[in-house]
Amino acid sequence: MDDKMSSIEEQVLSEYKYGFVTDIEADEAPKGLDESTVRFISAKKNEPDWMLQWRLKAFQQFLKMKEPDWANINYPPIDYQDIKYYSAPKQKKTVASLDEIDPELRATFEKLGISLNEQKRLSGVAIDAVIDSVSIATTFKDQLAEQGIIFCSISEAIREHPELIQKYLGSVVPATDNYFAALNAAVFSDGSFCYIPTGVRCPMELSTYFRINAEGTGQFERTLIVAEPGSYVSYLEGCTAPMRDENQLHAAVVELIAQDNAEIKYSTVQNWYPGDKDGKGGIYNFVTKRGICGERAKISWTQVETGSSITWKYPSVILKGDYSIGEFYSIAVTNNKQQADTGTKMMHVGKNTRSRIVSKGISAGYSNNSYRGLVSVNRRATNARNFSQCDSLLLGDKCGAHTFPYIEVKNNSSVVEHEATTSKVGEDQIFYCNQRGMDTETAVALIISGFAKEVMNQLPMEFAVEAQKLLAISLEGSVG
Amino acid sequence: MLRIQNLQAGIEGREILKGINLDIKPGEVHAIMGPNGSGKSTLASVLAGKQDYTVTGGSVEFYGKDLLELAPEERAGEGLFLGFQYPVEIPGLSTTNFIKTAVNEVRKYRGQEALDAVSFLKLMKEKMALMEMDQTMLSRSLNEGFSGGEKKRNEIFQMAMLQPKLAILDETDSGLDIDAIRVVAGGVNKLRSSENAVLAITHYQRLLDYLVPDFVHVLYNGRIVKSGTKELALELEERGYDFIKNEMHQAEAVS
Repeated sequence: MDDKMSSIEEQVLSEYKYGFVTDIEADEAPKGLDESTVRFISAKKNEPDWMLQWRLKAFQQFLKMKEPDWANINYPPIDYQDIKYYSAPKQKKTVASLDEIDPELRATFEKLGISLNEQKRLSGVAIDAVIDSVSIATTFKDQLAEQGIIFCSISEAIREHPELIQKYLGSVVPATDNYFAALNAAVFSDGSFCYIPTGVRCPMELSTYFRINAEGTGQFERTLIVAEPGSYVSYLEGCTAPMRDENQLHAAVVELIAQDNAEIKYSTVQNWYPGDKDGKGGIYNFVTKRGICGERAKISWTQVETGSSITWKYPSVILKGDYSIGEFYSIAVTNNKQQADTGTKMMHVGKNTRSRIVSKGISAGYSNNSYRGLVSVNRRATNARNFSQCDSLLLGDKCGAHTFPYIEVKNNSSVVEHEATTSKVGEDQIFYCNQRGMDTETAVALIISGFAKEVMNQLPMEFAVEAQKLLAISLEGSVG
Repeated sequence: MLRIQNLQAGIEGREILKGINLDIKPGEVHAIMGPNGSGKSTLASVLAGKQDYTVTGGSVEFYGKDLLELAPEERAGEGLFLGFQYPVEIPGLSTTNFIKTAVNEVRKYRGQEALDAVSFLKLMKEKMALMEMDQTMLSRSLNEGFSGGEKKRNEIFQMAMLQPKLAILDETDSGLDIDAIRVVAGGVNKLRSSENAVLAITHYQRLLDYLVPDFVHVLYNGRIVKSGTKELALELEERGYDFIKNEMHQAEAVS
């Protein structure tokens, strides 16, 4: 069995096709974290003083906070002084058009299957590409601007749209929300900003692609999406990293603001490098994602989590407005020695609010996969409804699946439902598929796709195809 | 097409098949009958290549190839089909998606191109009509929540889609009422040709009223102890398996 496992794992490992490193000269901060690091980053970004003050305040809070230890994950202590907090691919000047981007960088994104060229117009996706600490390029800015939509890097937004940033940054995830959010607030170096004005339906999918490239760096990006009343936007996020022996820290913050009658659909395919078969290397992914809904607003999180050696992530929705809706659809895959502790928080504040949670955990190898979710119903949240479904699928007998659902209800009129199942991919199922001419890899991929279908259906079309392949690759060979 | 010689196999060290000999030629329908525990389903599983079983002796040739050397999916590619006694459920996976993958994997094995969506749909419609199947069944999750009759009908539908050379039907009639048996057997009959063969494993004679065999074999205690034509099945129905057992014991006593 053990022999079999290791050959399987090699196969899985060999399939991480994003593990390359691009040789690009970088402009970096020295390792270490203190106030001067914060000032350095702020200065690099030419930030106004209010932004620096905001960062410094967050940093002071961060120093007083303790790293959380309640999650079902194990890792050696992180040395925050051994990380580079800023690394930017050196570019000669600010690029005026996509043609001026460093060819190496452009090649990197081509390799990742992300074309920054205008041909992307055909598929109708606008992209912001972030490598290490900075945004490289944002496509389709002009077309979007015609409708009053702002889609740019957050650094640019801080300079160009300070009134919006000052109003919304930290309004959903305060700088002092938690340890990793505070760290992010102090040292975040880039990310995406998107603003949809009242009544506008964003005509294309907006997408940010995150890539960690430099060695010894952490990535701390910050995304802020503001949807004004009656507007709609669908946003996609993808991420990869090179294969390295060291663990790299990724601590991101995402804030969503859906004002009255607005809708935000946020989809993630997270494919950070997961580490090797012995758990060496890989990204520590500590992410805070939260949205707030106005009246009759809707926020929908969909995530496909296949990468990272550790995932700590709970995309949440504050259902503040009456009749608002929150959704969370998740597939979390862990293989080898990966650990995931992920789920959501649905906070029902307004009346007649509804939330739906569909979580599918798939564990293989020696991995551990936990769902952790909170459904809270406030005293004032009359007629709140929640439905949660948590399914776990086990491949092999050395992995673990755990479910930690928390429910806090303070209003008698609410209805909260929770369903959970745990199942194994059966030998019988595989043999049945084999007998119909499929090899075991194909069989497992098919069984997994069935298990994950409900969540996959939530993804935008072109993402779904990619995610489906990723699922199959992440688990290839995990059934012997 | 199929030649089984002195096949011995077991599970977890327990011998179940103790020397099976059987020849099947294209165009033939063979029925294997026998009491519970005689090894009928083991024979089906061993031929299909289920890993739980260990072959300890003998040989199986399928169109000149050593069947026992092939992985289960290769056997399917070569044209061997097993209709399961208990078809498994795969939640979330539509029957259409499943059978499409199966058809194209088998085509790939045979060096044929994958069917495009249009030809696949055409083939599927044709076979659905053959099995009097409802379109809605194909969009449901594979076998999930299917009645016993629907599951078996789905098995024969898959057989129709895959067009095997040899179909082994493992107690396809079990748990079915007479109407369902008629539909299922009717489907198999429509698929018969001079090119393919059927090995029907059954406990009862009634399936054979609809799927008329050329040969009937009685499996008892891991061996084929009696072979004959369809009249043998009727005799078994009338006299029960006890007469076989008695004959066996008498034979043993004499020797």
